[in-house]
Amino acid sequence: MEGLTLSEAEQRYFCDLFSYCDTESTKKAASNGRVLELFRATKLPNDVVKKIMELCGATRLGYFGRSQFYIALKLVAMAQSGLPLRMESLNSVKDLPLPRFVVSKNEQESRHTALYSSDADNPASYSGVIPPPPPGRMQVKKGSVSHDTVQQRTSTDQQESTSPVVSPQQSPPTSPHTWRKHNRHPSGGNNERPLAGPGPFWAPFSEVQPGSSTSSDPIWSGHSPPPHQENWVSFADTPPTSALLAMHPASVQDQTTVRTVASATTANEIRRQSSSYDDPWKITDEQRQYYVNQFKTIQPDLNGFIPGSAAKEFFTKSKLPILELSHIWELSDFDKDGALTLDEFCAAFHLVVARKNGYDLPEKLPESLMPKLIDLEDSTVGEQTGEVGYSGSPAEAPPSKSPSMPSLNQTWPELNQNSEDTAIVHPVPIRMTPSKIHMQEMELKRTGSDHANPTSPLLVKPSDLPEENKMSSSVKFTAGNTVTDGYSSSDSYTSDPEQIGNAVTRQRSHSGTSPDNTAPPPPPPRPHASHSRSSSLDMNRSFSVTPGQQQAGVVAYPPAVPPRPQPSQGTGPHVHRSVDADGLIAHTSTSPQQIPEQPNFADFSQFEAFAASGVNKEEEDEIETHSEVLQVEKPSDSASSLRVAKADGRVEDKAPANVPSSAGKGTTPLAPPPKPIRRRLKSEDELRPEAEEHTQKTGVIAAVLASQPSIPRSVGKDKKAIQASIRRNKETNTVLARLNSELQQQLKDVLEERISLEVQLEQLRPFSHL
Amino acid sequence: MVLLPREQLCSRGAAAWGGALLGTEMVNQLWQQQCDSFCSQNYPLYIRSVPTENELKFHYTVHTSLDVVDEKISAMGKALVDQRELYLGLLYPTEDYKVYGYVTNSKVKFVMVVDSSNTALRDNEIRSMFRKLHNSYTDIMCNPFYNPGDRIHSRAFDTMVNSMMMQVC
Repeated sequence: MEGLTLSEAEQRYFCDLFSYCDTESTKKAASNGRVLELFRATKLPNDVVKKIMELCGATRLGYFGRSQFYIALKLVAMAQSGLPLRMESLNSVKDLPLPRFVVSKNEQESRHTALYSSDADNPASYSGVIPPPPPGRMQVKKGSVSHDTVQQRTSTDQQESTSPVVSPQQSPPTSPHTWRKHNRHPSGGNNERPLAGPGPFWAPFSEVQPGSSTSSDPIWSGHSPPPHQENWVSFADTPPTSALLAMHPASVQDQTTVRTVASATTANEIRRQSSSYDDPWKITDEQRQYYVNQFKTIQPDLNGFIPGSAAKEFFTKSKLPILELSHIWELSDFDKDGALTLDEFCAAFHLVVARKNGYDLPEKLPESLMPKLIDLEDSTVGEQTGEVGYSGSPAEAPPSKSPSMPSLNQTWPELNQNSEDTAIVHPVPIRMTPSKIHMQEMELKRTGSDHANPTSPLLVKPSDLPEENKMSSSVKFTAGNTVTDGYSSSDSYTSDPEQIGNAVTRQRSHSGTSPDNTAPPPPPPRPHASHSRSSSLDMNRSFSVTPGQQQAGVVAYPPAVPPRPQPSQGTGPHVHRSVDADGLIAHTSTSPQQIPEQPNFADFSQFEAFAASGVNKEEEDEIETHSEVLQVEKPSDSASSLRVAKADGRVEDKAPANVPSSAGKGTTPLAPPPKPIRRRLKSEDELRPEAEEHTQKTGVIAAVLASQPSIPRSVGKDKKAIQASIRRNKETNTVLARLNSELQQQLKDVLEERISLEVQLEQLRPFSHL
Repeated sequence: MVLLPREQLCSRGAAAWGGALLGTEMVNQLWQQQCDSFCSQNYPLYIRSVPTENELKFHYTVHTSLDVVDEKISAMGKALVDQRELYLGLLYPTEDYKVYGYVTNSKVKFVMVVDSSNTALRDNEIRSMFRKLHNSYTDIMCNPFYNPGDRIHSRAFDTMVNSMMMQVC
């Protein structure tokens, strides 16, 4: 690769030529054999050819490596254009026509031209030197194929051949043998002959042989190889097919060139076909049916996989060299999982058949052979595994047989199988309000099995956690956590709602690949709300019961914000309680932010406990009272407060007004605080020690939280619920903001006190010495 | 220079050593690369080099660097075996080139020799190259027709390696 730059057409052309010459797939084209034939076909004087070989380094190396070959081809092109042969000019010559190899005008040329349309020349130079591989491999006594037929077909073939895309002109043998029978003639008579030939085909094929002998019908839609062969055969005109079969531009041809050309043409055709990802690789119905039957013998379940070992055994029977089988495997195992699905198996089988018929293996899997599980409009030809991930849209891609996208053969089914929940795979656009999410969480917890919805909200990006959603999301998360796994309920309770959210989201992602993008990540439910409503048992009950009344943990911050981050609290509620007891007071005085957190956790546990009970609307009032009471009961109310909060949340949906009113009683301010608290679990911890004066605030927060919209259970109510919750959340926001400022003020006061105290201390100190 | 059989060099004769050597050398402003892969028992599974000259030198470098790889692995100790990072990093620099190593959990070693003058090649790029090699290697292993320990003839692998080397060049 000495910096040789090739145009795209050149690249393709050279690649194909090299593949053709590289008979042993060793990436080294021997100096003799096809390469020489190719060069001979260039019609360049011998000394020029020698010089070219020297220049490109083949003489030195003794063989043509890929780069040498390309250089040689380029030099050939230059020579043919009359340019002096110089290495330096290799790259400098622009628009160099493709090297021409003698090819007697034939449709193949035109076809070839069509292929390499970039150049007006007869790119059909392939033809010249390349003996048709198929014939040789075929070992079919094509010769036997009547020349007559050949002749007859010639005309038709000529026409046929003109069309780049071969139409089913001949009756392609229906069975996999079609390949073999390229010299089949629609007339049918010759059909059997090829059949007789194929020794190399192994048993399965031979079985089919008899069956296929009848193929006269142009069942082969666009199966180009046969047409090729027809053309090729006809083209040979001369050469009895046998000669062609012999793979050598044999004597059959009148002219050496013709012969060469013919063979080359055929080969060319075939090559072109293979390289054009065209019909040559298309599997006919009969073939497909045959493959499917074979698949069934190995794996009765058509949707299942054939393990690598079984496939290996099967294909080894074809007596192809292991190297080629390995390459076929690489091509056909689309998802590289070591197993073959039906489509992959068919592709592999088809390739084996083609190979046995003498067709060279393509470098990349032809489009028509790509697994077609996913019906994707855009066909990425030649793109294989690399594209699988992208092309296989997670969306429902019905396993269609459309020869387009490389399908996510296995990945797609696996996806489905793994998740077993289309909801996960297909994001269910559920707009999850906090309350809604919370309710879902609750339901989740109750059911413990429904992952779909929870996943959606859970999957909602945590970043979207709006403050108002915090409670609900935290609640939800915990519920989700309990549902998902990864989190111990206690942990979930105690962990930072955000973390939970993230974790849940992450977990959800495991199970489902498609988080509910539409629904914002359910903010951690605001257990605070439930907190505030200490009495809450009922609330929780009503909570859980009332679908539409998801409190979303937004429940007003119980005045006693349980010390939130109490991980490892096995008995959530109780633990929280105790913790809360310790921290509640502190919490109450802590910034509102802490409040929500604790209630959240406590709430969850509470909620779970009372999930079955359900919360009634009536408890709204209770909630409110609770919230007020909470202030007093903070220590014990953490859990209940959560519940209350939840209840509140739920209730609020129904009577937002009530809550605000209750909030107005002084509990409202509590509601907002929980939210921020919930979010900052960590900060809560830090703040915990500080907050003594926040008791009131917590109460307020609780109340406010209570006013949080509950997560409407039913999706149907989403819109209204969402709007309501938005409203509520906004209210809560303002309340919380107010609370925050108040707390800040308190903080300042405290600090001032501290400073004064310290000053006093200093003053007193000297006296101590006295 | 004597190339001792790997078994002698490495006490772990049974260990499967595979390495892919990728060497780049600047010659007349032409980047050259060599890619080598070694398989079990420290015999090469795959060798590829872009520059056809000095290929032997690269081969030798790769083989000797296997010792360094081995050394690095053994240095980690048993406790760390499982947590050992696959990417070994720069094994040792010479005046002309640097050698990077990468070991998989199945003790398949990839060795890459990069020309020192290729300053544009950064560590994370090397890492990504190794990752690609590793991925391609696992793809090859998925092929039931491939017997572990055979030389690698996969065209896909070749393509990947070529593209990688082209990239570096």
